[in-house]
Amino acid sequence: MSVLLVAEHDNTTLKDATLKTMTAALALGGPVDILVAGQNAKGVAEQASKLAGAAKVLLADDVLYGKQLAENMAVLIVELAGKYNAVLSPASTSGKNFMPRVAAALDVAQISEIVSVDGPDTFTRPIYAGNAMQQVQSPAGAKKVITVRSTTFKATALTGTAPIETIGAGQNPGISEFVKDELSKSERPELASAKIVISGGRGMQSGDNFPMLEKIADRLKAAVGASRAAVDAGFVPNDYQVGQTGKVVAPELYIAVGISGAIQHLAGMKDSKVIVAINKDEEAPIFQVADYGLVADLFKAVPELDEELKKQGY
Amino acid sequence: MKVLVPIKRVVDYNVKIRVKPDQTGVDLANVKMSMNPFDEIGVEEAIRLKEKGVVTEIIAVSVGAQEAQETIRTALAMGADRGILVKVEHEVEPLTVAKILAAIAKAEEPQLIILGKQAIDDDCNQTGQMLAQLLGWPQGTFASKVSIEGGKAEVTREVDGGLQTIRLTMPAIVTTDLRLNEPRYASLPNIMKAKKKPIDMKTPADYGVDPSPRLKVLKVSEPPTRKGGVKVKTVQELVDKLKNEAGVI
Ligand SMILES: Cc1cc2nc3c(=O)[nH]c(=O)nc-3n(C[C@H](O)[C@H](O)[C@H](O)COP(=O)(O)OP(=O)(O)OC[C@H]3O[C@@H](n4cnc5c(N)ncnc54)[C@H](O)[C@@H]3O)c2cc1C
Ligand SMILES: Nc1ncnc2c1ncn2[C@@H]1O[C@H](COP(=O)(O)O)[C@@H](O)[C@H]1O
Repeated sequence: MSVLLVAEHDNTTLKDATLKTMTAALALGGPVDILVAGQNAKGVAEQASKLAGAAKVLLADDVLYGKQLAENMAVLIVELAGKYNAVLSPASTSGKNFMPRVAAALDVAQISEIVSVDGPDTFTRPIYAGNAMQQVQSPAGAKKVITVRSTTFKATALTGTAPIETIGAGQNPGISEFVKDELSKSERPELASAKIVISGGRGMQSGDNFPMLEKIADRLKAAVGASRAAVDAGFVPNDYQVGQTGKVVAPELYIAVGISGAIQHLAGMKDSKVIVAINKDEEAPIFQVADYGLVADLFKAVPELDEELKKQGY
Repeated sequence: MKVLVPIKRVVDYNVKIRVKPDQTGVDLANVKMSMNPFDEIGVEEAIRLKEKGVVTEIIAVSVGAQEAQETIRTALAMGADRGILVKVEHEVEPLTVAKILAAIAKAEEPQLIILGKQAIDDDCNQTGQMLAQLLGWPQGTFASKVSIEGGKAEVTREVDGGLQTIRLTMPAIVTTDLRLNEPRYASLPNIMKAKKKPIDMKTPADYGVDPSPRLKVLKVSEPPTRKGGVKVKTVQELVDKLKNEAGVI
């Protein structure tokens, strides 16, 4: 089954989510072509060409794709889609933005955020904040438009040497324009791909207390996340939010600090390998999913944790 | 200008749903239902635009069973002006909803359609974007700020890296994110007044849309459950376990 995989990148770096989505694409059969749509994104195409199993990389390098506006991306992808049986992208805010437009243009249902490929036409996806798993089958012969929850797939190795083909830009719909970005800057790893994540909730009381978590994050090379309550209260920016309607993470270690464990939060982190909860309420639901629970006041426990890690050379 | 706000009736976000033992779906018997939280944010945004004098009329639309009329009444009590219920017998897919909404948009000619970014039951996150494509309109998804000026909509979006602001020609689609606003509660007098506001009853056939699903649901199953672990007494014990038992630091 021929697949077009739309790469996730920032014009400089191919995102880890693309490597993982590639694994889902290969599970459909192949050949898999990778579309890199960007501006001055030749370097990204070169990285993509290393994805093991890629047949070729299509590079659409144009000012139209610099910010991956959904309207512009959809025109380009729909033009290419004719030749493929399936179009895949990571279920990032970018993929979620343009893929449904592609599906509507092709008059097919989109299958959102799959967590497994069960057969050539059969996929599983979480519904109700992950409290149920839905297995769906797309009609034989229909084109598939799929977004992939990348955290549940392993990264494809970068050992390939696919050719890069430059393609022209699609038509300019001219109905949307980029105004500005306000991106969070951080030296720490990205939430979605970090091996360790430490998140704070309403219990943190203020944004001024988040440096406590950042210190620990720096010791463990971790990313910092948050619950919705912490974001809503303005403690940290929106891109920290982990959950059903925020980011989904599945690190080796997830440390939840002052987070109660509402289902909407659990939806975003319960696939982590090891979960630690620090909460002063021993009845907090987070303890039902935690491998290690510490019932304690975080304002005492977190500085202690920092001390202990320091003592042990982290 | 007119605004359309599509609203979905869903299982209340506080309910812990149960999968049916025969794996055909989720048990909805005697479960509390509410307006999808993102759609409440959509209704609130439309009302605020009306209060600012930008919007003249707010039409709340739901595609669903007869009971979805209650959800429309809630929107009317919050401040929407009239409703349209498109009655369907079965669950409908986002593409179907988008097609129905596109037909309504062609008839009503709104300048803005504000949807939720995601229905918390199907977690699809598709309908607004599909509708935008069907109408050939631009979209401002996952909005945390919307302003209408000089015939354009400026939308600040919550994206993976932070915030992005874009400018859209109108008519346009907006989908709401959590930080756009805090929805109001309907007051008792407004709930009474809402009872007199009109709701049009329609069917997909009125819009020439075939509501049958494209995807076949083979089964709905329980997710793998996590076993709760142990409680540790001290920070030292925690670090020891993470290092020597779990091996994750
Ligand atoms: C449509 C919708 C979407 C949502 N999406 C998300 C989402 O994506 N992500 C998300 O996280 N939530 C989401 N939510 C919100 C979710 O329902 C919860 O409200 C939220 O997760 C609660 O955040 P919290 O655990 O930080 O706060 P709370 O529930 O208030 O919990 C705070 C915890 O901190 C503990 N605590 C307080 N002080 C201390 C202290 N000194 N020491 C130790 N512990 C302390 C308390 O015991 C408590 O357990 C969503 C809700 C809706 C309706
Ligand atoms: N049956 C429906 N009736 C009205 N609006 C809907 C319906 N389904 C979805 N929507 C709208 O589309 C948004 C996104 O839904 P979804 O694409 O299913 O996640 C919702 O927040 C609603 O605004």
